[in-house]
Amino acid sequence: MNIFDMTIHELHTELKNKRISSVEATTAMLERIRSVEPQVGSFITVTPDQALAAAAVADERIAQGDCHLFTGIPLAIKDIFLTEGVLTTCGSRILDNFIPPYSATSWEKLRDRGAVLLGKLNQDEFAMGSSNESSAFGVTRNPWNTAHIPGGSSGGSAAAVAASEAIATLGTDTGGSIRQPASHCGCVGLKPTYGRVSRYGVIAYASSLDQVGPLTRDVADCASMLEAIAGHDPKDSTSVDAAVPDYTASLKNGVKGLKIGLPKEYFITGLDPDVQSAMDAAIETYRRLGAEFVDISLPHTDYAVATYYLIATAEASSNLARYDGVRFGHRAEADGLLDMYTRSRSEGFGVEVKRRIMLGTYALSSGYYDAYYVKAQKVRTLIMNDFIKAFADVDVMLTPVAPTPAFKIGEKVNDPLQMYLSDIFTIPVNLAGTCAMSLPAGFSASGLPIGLQLIGKPFGEETLLRAGYAFEQATEWHTRKATI
Amino acid sequence: MKYQPVIGLEVHVQLLTDTKIFCGCSTKFGAEPNSQTCPVCLGLPGALPVLNKKVVEFAIKAGLSTNCSITPRSIFARKNYFYPDLPKGYQISQFEDPICQWGWLDIKVDGEESKRIRITRIHMEEDAGKLVHGELSGRNDGSGVDLNRACTPLLEVVSEPDLRSSDEAVSYLKQLHQIVTWLGICDGNMEEGSFRCDANVSVMPVGSDTLGTRAEIKNVNSFKFVKQAIEYEIQRQIDLIEDGGKVVQETRLFDPNSGKTRSMRSKEEAHDYRYFPDPDLVPLVISEQWVERSRQGLPELPEQRQQRFMTELELPLYDAEVLTASRALADYFEAGVAAGGNAKTVGNWIMGEITRALNDSGTAIESCPVSPVQLAELLKLIDNGTISGKIAKTVFDEMWRSGKAPLAVVEEQGLLQVSDTGAIELIIDEIMAANAGQVEEYRGGKEKVFGFFVGQVMKASKGKANPAVVNELLLNKLKG
Amino acid sequence: MKITVADVEYAARLARLELTSGEKELFAGQIGAILGYVEKLKELDTEGIVPTSHAVPMENSFREDVVQPSIGVKNALANAPESEGSFFAVPKVIE
Repeated sequence: MNIFDMTIHELHTELKNKRISSVEATTAMLERIRSVEPQVGSFITVTPDQALAAAAVADERIAQGDCHLFTGIPLAIKDIFLTEGVLTTCGSRILDNFIPPYSATSWEKLRDRGAVLLGKLNQDEFAMGSSNESSAFGVTRNPWNTAHIPGGSSGGSAAAVAASEAIATLGTDTGGSIRQPASHCGCVGLKPTYGRVSRYGVIAYASSLDQVGPLTRDVADCASMLEAIAGHDPKDSTSVDAAVPDYTASLKNGVKGLKIGLPKEYFITGLDPDVQSAMDAAIETYRRLGAEFVDISLPHTDYAVATYYLIATAEASSNLARYDGVRFGHRAEADGLLDMYTRSRSEGFGVEVKRRIMLGTYALSSGYYDAYYVKAQKVRTLIMNDFIKAFADVDVMLTPVAPTPAFKIGEKVNDPLQMYLSDIFTIPVNLAGTCAMSLPAGFSASGLPIGLQLIGKPFGEETLLRAGYAFEQATEWHTRKATI
Repeated sequence: MKYQPVIGLEVHVQLLTDTKIFCGCSTKFGAEPNSQTCPVCLGLPGALPVLNKKVVEFAIKAGLSTNCSITPRSIFARKNYFYPDLPKGYQISQFEDPICQWGWLDIKVDGEESKRIRITRIHMEEDAGKLVHGELSGRNDGSGVDLNRACTPLLEVVSEPDLRSSDEAVSYLKQLHQIVTWLGICDGNMEEGSFRCDANVSVMPVGSDTLGTRAEIKNVNSFKFVKQAIEYEIQRQIDLIEDGGKVVQETRLFDPNSGKTRSMRSKEEAHDYRYFPDPDLVPLVISEQWVERSRQGLPELPEQRQQRFMTELELPLYDAEVLTASRALADYFEAGVAAGGNAKTVGNWIMGEITRALNDSGTAIESCPVSPVQLAELLKLIDNGTISGKIAKTVFDEMWRSGKAPLAVVEEQGLLQVSDTGAIELIIDEIMAANAGQVEEYRGGKEKVFGFFVGQVMKASKGKANPAVVNELLLNKLKG
Repeated sequence: MKITVADVEYAARLARLELTSGEKELFAGQIGAILGYVEKLKELDTEGIVPTSHAVPMENSFREDVVQPSIGVKNALANAPESEGSFFAVPKVIE
C-alpha cells in the first residue's frame, strides 16, 4: 500500500512498529504533492523544509517510545488557519504577504501531538464560496474529474485528502464548507457543534456560524482528529467548557434501534437522480443495520438560505473591516488616508468578497437593520426550534449534502444567487449550531462522488460518528480512490 | 431674547485594571509604542476578545455609587467605523443593553438648591489607540499609530441634558471624578487622559421646551477648560442665532490657547455605525447575588462619609468637606481619631500642618511620613501638658523629617514643657527685675505690655514654659 | 428589490470600497436580486420571537485581570506595510 493512501490509524501503526519513519512518510507525501499538484492545485503554500524538520523531531520522539496517534503524521490545513512563521493568505490577495506571529489553537493541539505540517491549502477567498473558484491563488480541481469543482470553501482540504496529498486535513464550515467539498470529493467531513472547537487563530468569516472540523479518509480518523482538536479554549469566549468524550470508544456499537429522521423538506422533487438513488440505497443499508426511520419536518428549511446570507454577510462585513492596509496585509499606493483604505481594500479583495461585504453592510445599515439583520436572527430562532422539536423524536437525521454532484468549473460563477441556493441542505445546520457529517455514499453515473449528510444533536458527535461508522463499514464507498 | 443653555455630559473613565478589557496586555502608561500589544488588541486576523472580569466589577461599583440599576443581562455591540487608531475597524462597546442605567447625582452649586442630574447610562467599552502627527512620528507628511492604549477598559457615563450652566457642569464632573477615584477604579489623572469629558451644548429660548441643535465639544481634559469651553460655546451659539444663523450639529474641539471651540474637519458624512451584538462575546448575566456582594463591598462614599463626620464626629461642614476630598485623606483622619485624637483637633492639624508639609514637599497623603497614630500621640502630649502647642509644631517638623515618634523627639531635644510654678516664678522674677520700666507701664494701665512679658518669659524658657501657667503667674505678679 | 447605483455607492463608501461604474451596475443588479430573494423572510410572522445571537446558549465568559506577556514591538510591527520607529506609519491624519 502506498504511504500516501494510508489513514491516520494505518500510518500510526507503521510508525509505532518502526516499519516506516516520519521522515520517510513526509518525504513520500511531498513527492506525491509534487506529482499531482499540477493537476489538482490543492495547496497555496507547501512547506517542505519545515515539514521534514518536524518529521525528524517526531522520529526522535518515536525512538524514545513516545508515539501517540498523531506523532509524525503529515497533515495539511486550510489557509484560513494562522500558522506562526508560515504565510497565511485565507485565499486572498489582501493577505498575500502575511506571516502571522501566532498559530491557531486547533492547529497547535495537533502540532503539540507531533503532527507534521505539509503546507496550507487552497480555499475560496475568506471562506466565501462553494466551489473554490474565488481564490486569488487559482482554482482547485476535483481529483475525481479535474474539469469539475472540488466544492468549497474548503476545496483544497477535500481535494488533498481525495488526491492523497495529505493523510488528513483541517477545514472550516460556515454554511457547509467542510461537508459539501467532502461530499464532492468522496471523503469524510465533519462540522462539530458550535463552540466544540476553538476559533482562536481562525480567520473569521461569520463569527456565529464558523466552526473548525476534520476532513479524513474514514470515520475512525475523523473521530480521532475531532478528539484531538475539541475542547475549551480560554482565548475563545464562544468555546464551550464541556468535557471531550472519547469519540472512538463507542464507534463500533452499531445502529440497532437508532432512530433516524428524514426531513421531508430535504427530499424534494428535482433532486439529481444519482443523488436520489444514493440516498435510497443508504436508507436501505441503514434499515439492514437495524436503524429505524422516522418522517420528520423542518418547516422553516426554505428560509434558511435567505437567513444565512443576511447574518453571515453582516458579520463578515464587520469582520473584514480590519483589512485596511494599516498594520498588515496589502497596502496600495495612495494619496492620503481615505484613498489608502479604499484602494488597498479594492485591490486586495475579490469580487465575491466585495459582493458579500456590500450585502452585509447594507443589511446592517441605518434604516435596514431591523428589516434585514434582526428579522434574519428571529427566523434563525425559528429554524433552531425546528431542530430542537424534531430531535425530541429522533437521534440523528439523514439528508443529501448537495442537490447535485460537483458541477463543472466555471458553470455557476456568473449567477451568485444560484450558487447560494445550492447550499440549501448544509446551511440550516450552521444556523441551528448543531453538528453534522458528510460521508461517501456513492457515485454519479459519470463517476463523481456523492455524499450523505448525518445531522446530530448539539454535542451529539458520538452518535453521529457511530452512525457514520456503521454505514461506512457496511459499504465500500470509502475504499475507492481517485485515479490521479 | 434670553437664552438658556442646555448641557449634557459624556465622560470616559479609564479603568485602573492591570490588564486591558479584552486581552492580557498591561495597561501601564508611558511604555514604548506598541510594546504592550498582542494579536487581540492589534486586531490581527483570527484574534478573539475575552472579557476581563474586573472591568465588570468596577462597572457595577460605578453604577451602584451613582444610583443606577444594574442590567441583569447586558450585551456587547460592535460600533463600526474606519480610523487608523481603531485596529479592528470596529469598537467593542455596548449599545442596546448597557450594564448600568437610570442613575443620578445630586449636585450643589454655590448659593443654589441641590439639583438632581440624571445619568442615562453607564457602559463598558474599549479605548482606541493613539495617533501622533507630523514631527512627533518622525515624518512631516505622515502620522504614527501606537496601539498600547487600544483595548484599555473605559466606562462611558452619559448624563441627561439636565445641566443648565458651566458651573453645574463642573460641579457634576467634580463629583463624578471624586466618586471614581474614591472607589479606586480610576486614577483620575485628567492630563494623562484617565478622565475625559465630552460636552453636548445647545441653547434654547428661556421659557421654551424645544431643545436647540447641539454641538459636541470633545475631549476636554481639565475642569477649568470644561468651564471655559462651555461658556465660549454657549456665547458662540447665542451670537450665531442672533445674527440669523443656525447652529449646526457637529463635533468641535476646544483650544485652550485661544479659549475657543472650533469645528473638527468634517468627519465625512454622518456616521452610520451599524451597531449589532458582537458575536465573539457572550451575554453578561449579573445575578442579584452578585450585585448584592458588590454593594456590600462598596466603601462608604464621599457624601455619606462627610455626613457621618458631621453627625457622629460633630465636624462643621467645611471641615467635613475638606477631609473627604480623597478617600486616603478621610482614612488618615479617621485613623487619627481611632488612635485617640480629638476629631476637631486632628482635623485642624491635617488641614493645617500636614497639608502644608505635604504641599511643600510634593508628597501625597498616602506617603505621609507621619502616621495617623503618631499624630494622635503628638496631640496627646499637648493635651496632657507634656509640651506646649507652640513646641508641638517644632516636634512635628522633626517627626516629619526623621520619622521618629513624638515622645522620642521630645526627649531627645529636651522639649518637655515646663509647668513647674516654682521654676516659672523664678524666670518671671528675673524678667520683672530686668524690665522695671515696663512693669510700671503695665501697672499704670498699659495692658498691651502684658504680651511683652509673655514673650520674654517664653524666650527665656526657650518656649517650653506652659503658657497657661505663665499667664496665670504673670498676672498675679504684675498686679502687685 | 430595486437597488440603485446611489445605494451601492453609499454602502461602498461605508465599507471603504472603490468600485468601477461597471461594478456598480453589476452589484446593483446582483445585490438587488439577492435582497429581493431575502424579502421572503417577510412571509414569516416573527412577532414575539427573540433573535438568536448565539447558536449555543452561553453566558459569562471571563478572564482574570492578570498580565500576560505581550508579543513585543518587533512582532507587532513585523507585517507593517510601513513603520517609523515603534509606530505604524500611515498617511497624515487631519483632525
